[in-house]
Amino acid sequence: MEQSWKQAKAAFAIVVAPPALWLLLFFLVPMAVIWGYSFGENVGLTEIDLTGTFKNYARAIEPLYLGIFWKSIVTAAITTLLCLIVGFPVAMAIAFASPRTKAWLLLLIMLPFWTNLLIRTYALMAVLRTEGYINSTYHFFWNLIGLAPDGFEPLELLNNNFAVIFGLVYVHLPFMVLPLYSALDRMDRSLMEASLDLGAGHLRTIFTIVVPLAAPGIASGVLITFIPALGAYLTPDLLGGPDSQMIANVIERQFKRANDWPFGAALSFLLMYLTFFAIAAQGWVSRRAEKVGR
Amino acid sequence: MASDNLKIGGASRRSILQQFGAAAIGMSFAGGMAGCGKPAAAQRVVNFYNWDTYIGPTTLDDFKAAVGPSVKMDLFATNDELFAKLRAGNPGYDVVVPSNEFVTRMIQAKMLMPLDHAKIPNIKNLLPDFQDAVFDPGRKFSMPYTWLVLGIGYRKSKMGDVGVPDSWKWVFDSNRFAGKIALLSESADLIRLCAKYKGHSVNNIPDAMVADIEKMLIKQKPFVKVFHEDNGQDLLVARDVDVVIEYNGDIAQKMREDDDISFVVPKEGSLLNSDTLCIPVGAPHVEDAHAFINYLLDGEVGSKITAEILYPTPNAAARDLMPDTYKNNPVIYPPAEVLAKCEYGAFEGAEKASKYEEVITRVRAA
Repeated sequence: MEQSWKQAKAAFAIVVAPPALWLLLFFLVPMAVIWGYSFGENVGLTEIDLTGTFKNYARAIEPLYLGIFWKSIVTAAITTLLCLIVGFPVAMAIAFASPRTKAWLLLLIMLPFWTNLLIRTYALMAVLRTEGYINSTYHFFWNLIGLAPDGFEPLELLNNNFAVIFGLVYVHLPFMVLPLYSALDRMDRSLMEASLDLGAGHLRTIFTIVVPLAAPGIASGVLITFIPALGAYLTPDLLGGPDSQMIANVIERQFKRANDWPFGAALSFLLMYLTFFAIAAQGWVSRRAEKVGR
Repeated sequence: MASDNLKIGGASRRSILQQFGAAAIGMSFAGGMAGCGKPAAAQRVVNFYNWDTYIGPTTLDDFKAAVGPSVKMDLFATNDELFAKLRAGNPGYDVVVPSNEFVTRMIQAKMLMPLDHAKIPNIKNLLPDFQDAVFDPGRKFSMPYTWLVLGIGYRKSKMGDVGVPDSWKWVFDSNRFAGKIALLSESADLIRLCAKYKGHSVNNIPDAMVADIEKMLIKQKPFVKVFHEDNGQDLLVARDVDVVIEYNGDIAQKMREDDDISFVVPKEGSLLNSDTLCIPVGAPHVEDAHAFINYLLDGEVGSKITAEILYPTPNAAARDLMPDTYKNNPVIYPPAEVLAKCEYGAFEGAEKASKYEEVITRVRAA
């Protein structure tokens, strides 16, 4: 028999209180402190005076920092798009594989998660660097087909914007594949069969039947790829070149190098407002998709 | 070659930990210590917060055998990290290793405890130049551990007609090594070295010159491969770059494994640093902290550390015990006429740090 939580208030309270308290103490309170800092001013080296000033936000929306925000958004958007293009066929393949193969394919997607991000990034550096695995393989084949040994120029793969996007796609691909897979897996196959029976080609079936039905999955995949990519810190730091800084790197330097916590806090909160905006957009897309579905 | 590529451990004094781990390590350490608040006399301990690859292989064990307390060592990667960690209160460290200008900054922020010189008799081992310091008059708060100088690390076989790149020009104002240059990401140090190149002191740089420096760096940026996080020696060994701004000891350590690299302090002069041993306010084991600092300043102990880390030592007794290959190494001890043009950077206030940071942010965004 189904019971409403109203009939077991004590039990409900016991179950809900610890996580609620945890969230309050270790998430909301620290966030509130940082939010407070964003309206503060540095006094001396370690004190922050909460004066309610908007100076930090005013500085944060100067063209310099807006430009960096914009660059981060573009980088995250390209990353998300590439993840979608690469991830969609992968998710389809997994969804339509036999149950046995499916388990293995899912495992392969999950496998990178078991390795620390830092280790994966360093591994990527070993692959991409001037005398890394790609370039040494390239050099090997260069010599093999007898081209002039002096003419060999290694590919510049590391420490540029290409490396950052490559690294971000590599890291975030599973975030895209998994929600896509779960959306495709739940889909009613008979609709596709009907489409094919009624004369639509495979591509047309994919674009007019599969993609619209998978729209909520696509939207959530896009969201959970875009948000961490927007705040990426490690990847641009390690793989990027002299102009690859993203907003998270600037924020980090405010807290550490510049010792300017109020300004760092203001930048962080601007980033967070952007994230809220992205979530709201996703909510709007999925609500629309539901209406279309009905 | 493959093993070189994947080598993470051998990084540097200011190294990789910065990216990720140090914060987490520090956290677990502080938490762990809460549990052992009142140790029995038998479990004496000194909590040491140090740079990476900056201690002898057996120093800590030797200290335990000789004096008693065991040493728990944590690592930090930049002075800023050290400062940020202590900013919200000392999480339990007894001995920390800030560099010169940060000593001033931490004294101003009331983070350091005055040292009791009576408990550090080995102060007599220090070279006369290091008995006193501009950044800490009377050595009230800090004991020198090493000194270091920034210069250009380079790959000899790639220098061609340049020979020895003994001017900052090659990294700041030339496309001769386009795409093979790595600059330091530390904003203040970078700007100071540029000022040195332009013939100014590293301190009190006028605003107009800072603006010039910004223009010069923006012009130079297309030729720069990367702003490195003090892992320049690794980039050099991996052949990602051919010229890199680095500390002398970091390059000296790598010259043991790769004889095609070398180091020069440019003729315009450079920036000196001195890393020091200090006791932060709130240290739980002040007595043993003094004993530990005194132990590190012992001649024999110091020479064992120096043999491993290959930085210049301010300790006369330790230096005397070192072989000539160390004492006469021009990388570790650059020629006197060049050193005469080198200076320590002074702490010039928080505003300046913030300003330099913004200049480099602009350079990177340009």
